[in-house]
Amino acid sequence: MTAITNYFKSLILIELFRGLVLTGKYFFRKKITVQYPEEKTPMSPRFRGLHAQRRYPNGEERCIACKLCEAVCPALAITIDSEERDDGTRRTTRYDIDLTKCIFCGFCEESCPVDAIVETRHFEYHGENRDDLYMTKEKLLAVGDKMEKQIAADRAADAPFR
Amino acid sequence: MIEAIESALDFLPAGLVTLIIIVGKILVLVLPLMGAVAYLTLAERKVIGYMQVRIGPNRVGPRGLLQPIADAVKLMFKETILPAKANRFLFIAGPILTLAPALAAWAVVPFDDGLVISNIDASLLYILAMTSLGVYGVIIAGWASNSKYAFLGALRSAAQIVSYEIAMGFALVGVLVAAGSLNLGEIVEAQRGSLGIINWYMIPLLPLFIVYFIAGVAETNRAPFDVAEGESEIVAGFHVEYSSMTFSIFFLAEYANMILIALLTALMFLGGWLSPLHGILPASLLEGEGVLALLLGDGIHWLLAKTSFFLFLFLWFRATFPRYRYDQIMRLGWKIFIPITIVWLLVAAAMVVWKIGPWFN
Repeated sequence: MTAITNYFKSLILIELFRGLVLTGKYFFRKKITVQYPEEKTPMSPRFRGLHAQRRYPNGEERCIACKLCEAVCPALAITIDSEERDDGTRRTTRYDIDLTKCIFCGFCEESCPVDAIVETRHFEYHGENRDDLYMTKEKLLAVGDKMEKQIAADRAADAPFR
Repeated sequence: MIEAIESALDFLPAGLVTLIIIVGKILVLVLPLMGAVAYLTLAERKVIGYMQVRIGPNRVGPRGLLQPIADAVKLMFKETILPAKANRFLFIAGPILTLAPALAAWAVVPFDDGLVISNIDASLLYILAMTSLGVYGVIIAGWASNSKYAFLGALRSAAQIVSYEIAMGFALVGVLVAAGSLNLGEIVEAQRGSLGIINWYMIPLLPLFIVYFIAGVAETNRAPFDVAEGESEIVAGFHVEYSSMTFSIFFLAEYANMILIALLTALMFLGGWLSPLHGILPASLLEGEGVLALLLGDGIHWLLAKTSFFLFLFLWFRATFPRYRYDQIMRLGWKIFIPITIVWLLVAAAMVVWKIGPWFN
Protein backbone atom coordinates (compact mmCIF):
# COMPACT_ATOMS: atom_id res chain seq x y z
CA MET A 1 0.00 0.00 0.00
CA THR A 2 2.77 2.43 0.92
CA ALA A 3 4.46 1.54 -2.35
CA ILE A 4 1.36 2.63 -4.24
CA THR A 5 0.94 5.90 -2.32
CA ASN A 6 4.64 6.61 -2.74
CA TYR A 7 4.31 5.95 -6.45
CA PHE A 8 1.50 8.48 -6.79
CA LYS A 9 3.28 10.94 -4.54
CA SER A 10 6.31 10.86 -6.78
CA LEU A 11 4.13 11.03 -9.88
CA ILE A 12 2.49 14.30 -8.85
CA LEU A 13 5.92 15.69 -7.92
CA ILE A 14 4.74 16.72 -4.45
CA GLU A 15 8.22 16.79 -2.94
CA LEU A 16 9.62 18.81 -5.80
CA PHE A 17 6.86 21.39 -5.36
CA ARG A 18 7.65 21.57 -1.66
CA GLY A 19 11.26 22.31 -2.51
CA LEU A 20 10.18 25.01 -4.94
CA VAL A 21 7.95 26.59 -2.29
CA LEU A 22 10.88 26.68 0.13
CA THR A 23 13.26 28.40 -2.28
CA GLY A 24 10.37 30.62 -3.36
CA LYS A 25 10.01 31.80 0.23
CA TYR A 26 13.72 32.53 0.51
CA PHE A 27 13.47 34.60 -2.68
CA PHE A 28 11.59 37.24 -0.66
CA ARG A 29 13.66 36.97 2.52
CA LYS A 30 15.71 39.91 3.73
CA LYS A 31 19.19 39.55 2.23
CA ILE A 32 22.06 39.11 4.65
CA THR A 33 24.89 40.23 2.36
CA VAL A 34 27.26 42.72 4.01
CA GLN A 35 28.57 44.99 1.26
CA TYR A 36 32.04 45.19 2.74
CA PRO A 37 33.77 48.45 1.98
CA GLU A 38 30.57 50.40 2.73
CA GLU A 39 29.14 48.16 5.46
CA LYS A 40 31.08 46.34 8.16
CA THR A 41 30.16 43.70 10.67
CA PRO A 42 30.38 44.64 14.37
CA MET A 43 33.78 43.94 15.94
CA SER A 44 34.65 42.62 19.40
CA PRO A 45 37.07 44.50 21.72
CA ARG A 46 39.06 41.27 21.65
CA PHE A 47 39.59 41.51 17.89
CA ARG A 48 43.10 40.42 16.93
CA GLY A 49 44.40 42.61 14.14
CA LEU A 50 47.63 44.49 13.56
CA HIS A 51 50.08 44.51 16.50
CA ALA A 52 51.08 47.59 18.49
CA GLN A 53 53.49 48.45 21.30
CA ARG A 54 52.04 50.65 24.03
CA ARG A 55 53.59 53.38 26.19
CA TYR A 56 52.80 54.61 29.70
CA PRO A 57 51.12 58.04 29.90
CA ASN A 58 54.49 59.63 30.70
CA GLY A 59 55.83 58.45 27.35
CA GLU A 60 57.95 55.58 28.66
CA GLU A 61 57.54 52.36 26.63
CA ARG A 62 55.89 49.55 28.57
CA CYS A 63 57.90 46.64 27.30
CA ILE A 64 60.41 45.31 29.87
CA ALA A 65 62.00 42.73 27.53
CA CYS A 66 60.86 39.74 29.60
CA LYS A 67 60.68 37.77 26.33
CA LEU A 68 57.56 35.84 27.39
CA CYS A 69 55.94 36.70 24.09
CA GLU A 70 58.96 35.50 22.17
CA ALA A 71 58.86 32.24 24.13
CA VAL A 72 55.11 31.68 23.70
CA CYS A 73 54.87 32.63 20.04
CA PRO A 74 53.89 29.39 18.23
CA ALA A 75 54.95 30.75 14.84
CA LEU A 76 58.33 32.04 16.04
CA ALA A 77 57.44 35.42 14.58
CA ILE A 78 58.90 37.55 17.41
CA THR A 79 62.57 38.40 17.83
CA ILE A 80 63.78 40.41 20.88
CA ASP A 81 67.19 41.79 21.90
CA SER A 82 67.63 43.69 25.17
CA GLU A 83 70.17 45.67 27.18
CA GLU A 84 70.43 47.44 30.52
CA ARG A 85 69.83 51.15 30.36
CA ASP A 86 71.76 53.79 32.32
CA ASP A 87 68.94 54.03 34.89
CA GLY A 88 69.25 50.30 35.57
CA THR A 89 66.07 49.16 33.78
CA ARG A 90 66.03 46.44 31.18
CA ARG A 91 64.62 47.55 27.81
CA THR A 92 64.52 46.14 24.30
CA THR A 93 66.95 47.23 21.64
CA ARG A 94 65.13 45.20 19.04
CA TYR A 95 61.52 44.04 18.98
CA ASP A 96 60.49 42.60 15.61
CA ILE A 97 57.30 40.82 14.57
CA ASP A 98 57.29 39.18 11.18
CA LEU A 99 53.66 39.50 10.04
CA THR A 100 54.22 36.99 7.26
CA LYS A 101 54.86 34.39 9.97
CA CYS A 102 52.34 35.63 12.55
CA ILE A 103 49.15 33.59 12.88
CA PHE A 104 47.33 36.21 14.97
CA CYS A 105 46.69 33.79 17.84
CA GLY A 106 46.95 36.54 20.45
CA PHE A 107 49.28 34.55 22.76
CA CYS A 108 51.81 37.41 22.88
CA GLU A 109 49.15 39.80 24.12
CA GLU A 110 47.92 37.15 26.57
CA SER A 111 51.37 36.46 28.01
CA CYS A 112 52.48 40.09 28.39
CA PRO A 113 52.70 41.03 32.11
CA VAL A 114 52.66 44.79 31.41
CA ASP A 115 50.15 44.93 28.49
CA ALA A 116 52.90 46.23 26.22
CA ILE A 117 52.30 44.15 23.09
CA VAL A 118 48.68 44.23 21.99
CA GLU A 119 46.68 43.37 18.91
CA THR A 120 44.48 46.21 17.66
CA ARG A 121 41.25 46.32 15.67
CA HIS A 122 43.15 47.56 12.63
CA PHE A 123 43.12 44.83 9.98
CA GLU A 124 42.91 46.73 6.68
CA TYR A 125 46.63 47.07 5.97
CA HIS A 126 48.83 45.70 3.27
CA GLY A 127 52.44 45.56 2.24
CA GLU A 128 53.83 45.95 -1.23
CA ASN A 129 56.94 43.96 -0.35
CA ARG A 130 57.97 41.72 2.51
CA ASP A 131 59.74 44.51 4.36
CA ASP A 132 56.44 46.33 4.77
CA LEU A 133 55.11 43.36 6.71
CA TYR A 134 58.16 43.15 8.99
CA MET A 135 57.16 45.22 12.02
CA THR A 136 60.13 46.75 13.83
CA LYS A 137 59.99 48.30 17.29
CA GLU A 138 59.62 51.80 15.80
CA LYS A 139 56.74 50.77 13.59
CA LEU A 140 54.99 48.98 16.46
CA LEU A 141 55.36 51.96 18.76
CA ALA A 142 54.06 54.24 16.00
CA VAL A 143 50.94 52.09 15.63
CA GLY A 144 50.52 52.14 19.39
CA ASP A 145 50.85 55.94 19.56
CA LYS A 146 48.33 56.37 16.78
CA MET A 147 45.71 53.99 18.21
CA GLU A 148 46.28 54.37 21.96
CA LYS A 149 42.78 55.71 22.63
CA GLN A 150 41.08 52.77 20.95
CA ILE A 151 43.51 50.28 22.50
CA ALA A 152 42.93 51.64 26.02
CA ALA A 153 39.15 51.62 25.54
CA ASP A 154 39.22 48.02 24.30
CA ARG A 155 41.38 46.87 27.27
CA ALA A 156 39.00 48.63 29.68
CA ALA A 157 35.96 47.01 28.04
CA ASP A 158 37.52 43.56 28.32
CA ALA A 159 39.00 44.00 31.81
CA PRO A 160 35.96 42.62 33.76
CA PHE A 161 36.32 39.28 31.93
CA ARG A 162 40.04 38.78 32.48
CA MET B 1 6.37 48.48 -43.39
CA ILE B 2 8.22 45.97 -45.57
CA GLU B 3 6.47 47.40 -48.65
CA ALA B 4 7.67 50.87 -47.70
CA ILE B 5 11.27 49.67 -47.47
CA GLU B 6 10.88 47.85 -50.79
CA SER B 7 9.67 50.99 -52.55
CA ALA B 8 12.39 53.11 -50.94
CA LEU B 9 15.04 50.72 -52.27
CA ASP B 10 13.45 50.68 -55.75
CA PHE B 11 16.63 51.80 -57.50
CA LEU B 12 18.50 48.61 -56.48
CA PRO B 13 18.18 45.31 -58.34
CA ALA B 14 15.26 43.21 -57.09
CA GLY B 15 17.45 40.36 -55.81
CA LEU B 16 19.49 42.73 -53.67
CA VAL B 17 16.34 44.26 -52.16
CA THR B 18 15.12 40.80 -51.14
CA LEU B 19 18.49 40.04 -49.60
CA ILE B 20 18.52 43.30 -47.66
CA ILE B 21 15.04 42.64 -46.33
CA ILE B 22 15.89 39.09 -45.28
CA VAL B 23 19.07 40.22 -43.52
CA GLY B 24 17.12 43.04 -41.91
CA LYS B 25 14.51 40.61 -40.58
CA ILE B 26 17.24 38.35 -39.20
CA LEU B 27 18.93 41.27 -37.46
CA VAL B 28 15.64 42.44 -35.97
CA LEU B 29 15.24 38.99 -34.45
CA VAL B 30 18.81 38.08 -33.52
CA LEU B 31 19.94 41.33 -31.92
CA PRO B 32 17.14 41.45 -29.31
CA LEU B 33 17.70 37.73 -28.78
CA MET B 34 21.37 38.33 -27.98
CA GLY B 35 20.36 41.11 -25.61
CA ALA B 36 17.86 38.78 -23.98
CA VAL B 37 20.55 36.11 -23.60
CA ALA B 38 22.93 38.62 -22.01
CA TYR B 39 20.35 39.82 -19.53
CA LEU B 40 19.15 36.29 -18.85
CA THR B 41 22.60 35.58 -17.43
CA LEU B 42 22.21 38.58 -15.13
CA ALA B 43 18.69 37.49 -14.18
CA GLU B 44 20.00 34.02 -13.42
CA ARG B 45 22.69 35.31 -11.09
CA LYS B 46 20.26 37.68 -9.41
CA VAL B 47 17.45 35.13 -8.96
CA ILE B 48 19.73 32.40 -7.67
CA GLY B 49 21.43 34.95 -5.42
CA TYR B 50 18.10 36.07 -4.00
CA MET B 51 17.06 32.47 -3.32
CA GLN B 52 20.35 31.95 -1.47
CA VAL B 53 19.68 35.12 0.61
CA ARG B 54 22.41 36.99 -1.24
CA ILE B 55 21.93 40.05 -3.44
CA GLY B 56 23.88 38.99 -6.53
CA PRO B 57 25.94 41.25 -8.78
CA ASN B 58 25.31 44.96 -8.08
CA ARG B 59 28.63 46.68 -8.73
CA VAL B 60 28.76 47.32 -12.49
CA GLY B 61 26.31 50.08 -13.34
CA PRO B 62 23.10 50.86 -11.45
CA ARG B 63 21.96 47.72 -9.60
CA GLY B 64 24.44 45.67 -11.65
CA LEU B 65 22.62 46.28 -14.90
CA LEU B 66 25.82 46.61 -16.93
CA GLN B 67 27.26 43.34 -15.61
CA PRO B 68 26.46 41.28 -18.76
CA ILE B 69 28.21 43.90 -20.91
CA ALA B 70 31.28 43.78 -18.69
CA ASP B 71 31.22 39.96 -18.91
CA ALA B 72 30.94 40.05 -22.71
CA VAL B 73 33.83 42.50 -23.03
CA LYS B 74 35.95 40.38 -20.73
CA LEU B 75 35.24 37.21 -22.71
CA MET B 76 35.99 38.92 -26.03
CA PHE B 77 39.42 40.13 -24.94
CA LYS B 78 40.55 36.81 -23.51
CA GLU B 79 42.78 34.48 -25.46
CA THR B 80 41.23 31.59 -27.37
CA ILE B 81 43.33 28.62 -26.37
CA LEU B 82 43.65 25.74 -28.80
CA PRO B 83 44.84 22.61 -26.99
CA ALA B 84 48.02 21.25 -28.62
CA LYS B 85 46.58 17.83 -29.41
CA ALA B 86 43.07 18.97 -30.27
CA ASN B 87 41.65 18.63 -33.74
CA ARG B 88 41.82 22.27 -34.79
CA PHE B 89 39.10 22.23 -37.42
CA LEU B 90 36.55 20.33 -35.35
CA PHE B 91 37.48 22.28 -32.22
CA ILE B 92 36.38 25.50 -33.90
CA ALA B 93 33.46 23.84 -35.71
CA GLY B 94 31.97 22.53 -32.44
CA PRO B 95 30.74 25.83 -31.02
CA ILE B 96 29.55 27.00 -34.43
CA LEU B 97 27.55 23.81 -34.90
CA THR B 98 25.97 24.40 -31.49
CA LEU B 99 25.02 28.01 -32.07
CA ALA B 100 23.83 27.76 -35.68
CA PRO B 101 20.87 25.40 -35.06
CA ALA B 102 20.02 27.24 -31.84
CA LEU B 103 19.57 30.43 -33.86
CA ALA B 104 18.15 28.79 -37.01
CA ALA B 105 15.23 27.37 -35.03
CA TRP B 106 14.05 30.92 -34.35
CA ALA B 107 13.25 31.44 -38.05
CA VAL B 108 9.86 29.77 -37.75
CA VAL B 109 8.84 31.01 -34.31
CA PRO B 110 5.82 33.32 -34.52
CA PHE B 111 5.66 36.20 -32.05
CA ASP B 112 2.23 37.46 -32.96
CA ASP B 113 -0.39 36.70 -35.58
CA GLY B 114 1.71 36.73 -38.76
CA LEU B 115 4.80 38.14 -37.06
CA VAL B 116 7.22 35.42 -38.15
CA ILE B 117 10.30 35.34 -40.39
CA SER B 118 9.32 32.21 -42.27
CA ASN B 119 5.76 30.98 -41.98
CA ILE B 120 6.22 27.35 -43.06
CA ASP B 121 3.64 24.62 -42.57
CA ALA B 122 5.93 22.11 -40.90
CA SER B 123 7.41 24.55 -38.42
CA LEU B 124 7.00 22.14 -35.50
CA LEU B 125 9.00 19.47 -37.33
CA TYR B 126 11.59 22.05 -38.33
CA ILE B 127 12.06 23.12 -34.72
CA LEU B 128 12.30 19.52 -33.53
CA ALA B 129 14.96 18.88 -36.18
CA MET B 130 16.93 22.02 -35.38
CA THR B 131 16.97 21.57 -31.61
CA SER B 132 18.16 17.96 -32.06
CA LEU B 133 20.99 19.09 -34.34
CA GLY B 134 22.51 21.06 -31.46
CA VAL B 135 23.82 17.83 -29.93
CA TYR B 136 26.26 17.40 -32.82
CA GLY B 137 28.07 20.54 -31.75
CA VAL B 138 28.38 19.16 -28.22
CA ILE B 139 29.63 15.75 -29.40
CA ILE B 140 32.11 17.29 -31.84
CA ALA B 141 33.37 19.74 -29.20
CA GLY B 142 33.85 16.92 -26.69
CA TRP B 143 35.61 14.72 -29.23
CA ALA B 144 37.83 17.43 -30.74
CA SER B 145 39.05 18.63 -27.33
CA ASN B 146 41.02 15.39 -26.90
CA SER B 147 40.36 15.49 -23.15
CA LYS B 148 38.73 12.77 -21.09
CA TYR B 149 36.44 15.07 -19.16
CA ALA B 150 35.22 16.75 -22.35
CA PHE B 151 34.66 13.34 -23.91
CA LEU B 152 32.70 12.06 -20.91
CA GLY B 153 30.60 15.20 -20.95
CA ALA B 154 29.88 14.79 -24.64
CA LEU B 155 28.86 11.15 -24.16
CA ARG B 156 26.52 12.01 -21.31
CA SER B 157 25.02 14.89 -23.22
CA ALA B 158 24.44 12.78 -26.32
CA ALA B 159 22.76 9.96 -24.39
CA GLN B 160 20.60 12.40 -22.45
CA ILE B 161 19.46 14.45 -25.42
CA VAL B 162 18.67 11.36 -27.47
CA SER B 163 16.50 9.88 -24.72
CA TYR B 164 14.62 13.07 -23.92
CA GLU B 165 14.12 13.83 -27.60
CA ILE B 166 11.67 10.93 -27.73
CA ALA B 167 9.51 12.09 -24.82
CA MET B 168 9.64 15.61 -26.20
CA GLY B 169 8.63 14.42 -29.67
CA PHE B 170 5.68 12.47 -28.27
CA ALA B 171 4.55 15.53 -26.32
CA LEU B 172 4.67 17.52 -29.53
CA VAL B 173 2.66 14.81 -31.31
CA GLY B 174 0.00 15.33 -28.66
CA VAL B 175 -0.14 19.03 -29.50
CA LEU B 176 -0.22 18.17 -33.19
CA VAL B 177 -3.16 15.81 -32.66
CA ALA B 178 -5.00 18.42 -30.63
CA ALA B 179 -4.42 21.33 -33.01
CA GLY B 180 -4.50 19.37 -36.26
CA SER B 181 -1.63 21.41 -37.63
CA LEU B 182 2.15 21.52 -37.61
CA ASN B 183 2.21 25.29 -38.04
CA LEU B 184 2.97 27.07 -34.78
CA GLY B 185 0.75 30.03 -35.65
CA GLU B 186 -2.19 27.73 -36.30
CA ILE B 187 -1.49 25.81 -33.09
CA VAL B 188 -1.82 29.05 -31.14
CA GLU B 189 -4.97 30.08 -32.98
CA ALA B 190 -6.48 26.64 -32.30
CA GLN B 191 -6.28 27.50 -28.59
CA ARG B 192 -8.44 30.58 -29.06
CA GLY B 193 -11.81 30.31 -27.40
CA SER B 194 -14.41 32.18 -25.43
CA LEU B 195 -13.19 30.72 -22.12
CA GLY B 196 -9.69 32.19 -22.16
CA ILE B 197 -7.24 30.24 -20.04
CA ILE B 198 -9.44 27.14 -19.96
CA ASN B 199 -9.20 26.86 -23.73
CA TRP B 200 -5.41 26.61 -23.65
CA TYR B 201 -3.87 23.18 -24.24
CA MET B 202 -2.23 23.11 -20.82
CA ILE B 203 -5.57 21.92 -19.40
CA PRO B 204 -6.43 18.97 -21.67
CA LEU B 205 -2.77 18.13 -22.29
CA LEU B 206 -1.50 18.78 -18.74
CA PRO B 207 0.77 15.69 -18.52
CA LEU B 208 2.23 16.44 -21.94
CA PHE B 209 2.76 20.05 -20.90
CA ILE B 210 4.73 19.02 -17.81
CA VAL B 211 6.66 16.32 -19.66
CA TYR B 212 7.49 18.75 -22.46
CA PHE B 213 8.82 21.40 -20.13
CA ILE B 214 10.87 18.98 -18.04
CA ALA B 215 12.22 17.34 -21.20
CA GLY B 216 13.03 20.83 -22.44
CA VAL B 217 15.05 21.49 -19.29
CA ALA B 218 16.88 18.21 -19.93
CA GLU B 219 17.39 19.04 -23.62
CA THR B 220 19.10 22.30 -22.80
CA ASN B 221 21.34 20.53 -20.24
CA ARG B 222 20.15 22.78 -17.45
CA ALA B 223 20.02 21.93 -13.75
CA PRO B 224 18.85 19.47 -12.43
CA PHE B 225 19.79 17.61 -15.63
CA ASP B 226 23.18 19.22 -16.12
CA VAL B 227 25.31 16.05 -15.91
CA ALA B 228 26.88 17.03 -19.23
CA GLU B 229 28.56 19.92 -17.43
CA GLY B 230 28.60 18.38 -13.96
CA GLU B 231 31.22 20.71 -12.57
CA SER B 232 31.60 18.67 -9.40
CA GLU B 233 32.30 15.44 -11.31
CA ILE B 234 33.78 16.18 -14.71
CA VAL B 235 34.97 19.78 -14.26
CA ALA B 236 32.84 21.42 -16.96
CA GLY B 237 32.05 18.54 -19.27
CA PHE B 238 32.22 19.07 -23.00
CA HIS B 239 33.51 22.64 -22.83
CA VAL B 240 36.42 22.28 -20.35
CA GLU B 241 39.00 23.08 -23.02
CA TYR B 242 37.16 26.10 -24.39
CA SER B 243 37.96 29.67 -23.49
CA SER B 244 37.10 33.18 -24.59
CA MET B 245 34.69 33.55 -27.54
CA THR B 246 34.53 29.83 -28.33
CA PHE B 247 33.28 29.30 -24.77
CA SER B 248 30.88 32.21 -24.91
CA ILE B 249 29.35 30.80 -28.11
CA PHE B 250 28.41 27.64 -26.19
CA PHE B 251 26.99 29.90 -23.53
CA LEU B 252 24.97 31.90 -26.07
CA ALA B 253 23.63 28.71 -27.62
CA GLU B 254 22.60 27.27 -24.24
CA TYR B 255 20.72 30.39 -23.26
CA ALA B 256 19.19 30.88 -26.70
CA ASN B 257 17.93 27.30 -26.44
CA MET B 258 16.51 28.02 -22.98
CA ILE B 259 14.58 31.00 -24.30
CA LEU B 260 13.42 28.94 -27.28
CA ILE B 261 12.10 26.13 -25.07
CA ALA B 262 10.32 28.63 -22.82
CA LEU B 263 8.82 30.37 -25.85
CA LEU B 264 7.68 27.10 -27.44
CA THR B 265 6.07 25.95 -24.20
CA ALA B 266 4.21 29.26 -24.06
CA LEU B 267 3.16 28.93 -27.70
CA MET B 268 2.01 25.33 -27.61
CA PHE B 269 0.46 25.01 -24.16
CA LEU B 270 -0.22 28.50 -22.88
CA GLY B 271 -1.88 30.05 -25.91
CA GLY B 272 1.11 32.07 -27.13
CA TRP B 273 0.05 35.65 -27.71
CA LEU B 274 -3.58 35.06 -26.68
CA SER B 275 -4.71 37.17 -23.78
CA PRO B 276 -5.63 35.25 -20.62
CA LEU B 277 -8.43 37.76 -20.01
CA HIS B 278 -10.79 36.26 -22.62
CA GLY B 279 -13.90 35.10 -20.84
CA ILE B 280 -13.10 37.24 -17.76
CA LEU B 281 -13.45 40.70 -19.26
CA PRO B 282 -16.10 41.54 -21.87
CA ALA B 283 -14.89 41.12 -25.45
CA SER B 284 -15.48 44.81 -26.17
CA LEU B 285 -12.60 45.70 -23.81
CA LEU B 286 -10.16 43.37 -25.54
CA GLU B 287 -10.71 44.44 -29.13
CA GLY B 288 -10.32 47.75 -30.88
CA GLU B 289 -7.70 50.44 -31.11
CA GLY B 290 -7.44 52.02 -27.65
CA VAL B 291 -4.42 51.72 -25.37
CA LEU B 292 -6.41 49.60 -22.92
CA ALA B 293 -7.44 47.19 -25.66
CA LEU B 294 -3.85 46.95 -26.84
CA LEU B 295 -2.65 46.14 -23.33
CA LEU B 296 -5.42 43.74 -22.34
CA GLY B 297 -6.02 42.15 -25.74
CA ASP B 298 -3.91 39.61 -27.62
CA GLY B 299 -0.41 40.67 -28.42
CA ILE B 300 3.30 39.96 -28.28
CA HIS B 301 3.50 41.24 -24.69
CA TRP B 302 1.47 38.28 -23.43
CA LEU B 303 3.82 35.90 -25.23
CA LEU B 304 6.86 37.60 -23.71
CA ALA B 305 5.29 37.53 -20.24
CA LYS B 306 4.56 33.81 -20.52
CA THR B 307 8.08 33.17 -21.83
CA SER B 308 9.56 35.12 -18.92
CA PHE B 309 7.57 32.99 -16.51
CA PHE B 310 9.05 29.79 -17.93
CA LEU B 311 12.53 31.30 -17.94
CA PHE B 312 12.06 32.14 -14.27
CA LEU B 313 11.10 28.49 -13.72
CA PHE B 314 14.40 27.43 -15.33
CA LEU B 315 16.28 29.58 -12.82
CA TRP B 316 14.04 28.52 -9.94
CA PHE B 317 14.73 24.85 -10.71
CA ARG B 318 18.44 25.52 -10.78
CA ALA B 319 18.30 27.19 -7.37
CA THR B 320 16.21 24.36 -5.89
CA PHE B 321 17.04 20.92 -7.19
CA PRO B 322 20.23 18.93 -6.77
CA ARG B 323 21.63 17.28 -9.88
CA TYR B 324 20.05 13.98 -10.94
CA ARG B 325 22.24 10.93 -10.94
CA TYR B 326 22.96 9.74 -14.47
CA ASP B 327 21.01 6.47 -14.21
CA GLN B 328 18.08 8.34 -12.65
CA ILE B 329 17.97 10.65 -15.64
CA MET B 330 17.79 7.67 -17.97
CA ARG B 331 15.11 6.02 -15.82
CA LEU B 332 13.02 9.19 -15.79
CA GLY B 333 13.30 9.64 -19.53
CA TRP B 334 12.67 6.09 -20.68
CA LYS B 335 10.53 4.49 -17.99
CA ILE B 336 8.35 7.40 -16.85
CA PHE B 337 8.09 10.13 -19.46
CA ILE B 338 7.70 7.94 -22.53
CA PRO B 339 4.90 5.78 -21.02
CA ILE B 340 3.11 8.90 -19.74
CA THR B 341 3.26 10.60 -23.11
CA ILE B 342 2.09 7.50 -24.98
CA VAL B 343 -0.88 7.04 -22.65
CA TRP B 344 -1.84 10.69 -22.87
CA LEU B 345 -1.44 10.64 -26.64
CA LEU B 346 -4.24 8.05 -26.70
CA VAL B 347 -6.31 10.16 -24.32
CA ALA B 348 -5.79 13.24 -26.48
CA ALA B 349 -6.69 11.31 -29.62
CA ALA B 350 -9.86 10.04 -27.91
CA MET B 351 -10.76 13.58 -26.83
CA VAL B 352 -10.35 14.78 -30.40
CA VAL B 353 -12.31 11.90 -31.91
CA TRP B 354 -15.25 12.26 -29.51
CA LYS B 355 -15.00 16.08 -29.66
CA ILE B 356 -14.70 16.59 -25.92
CA GLY B 357 -15.49 20.22 -25.11
CA PRO B 358 -14.62 22.99 -24.59
CA TRP B 359 -11.41 22.30 -26.48
CA PHE B 360 -12.24 20.04 -29.38
CA ASN B 361 -15.88 20.75 -30.26
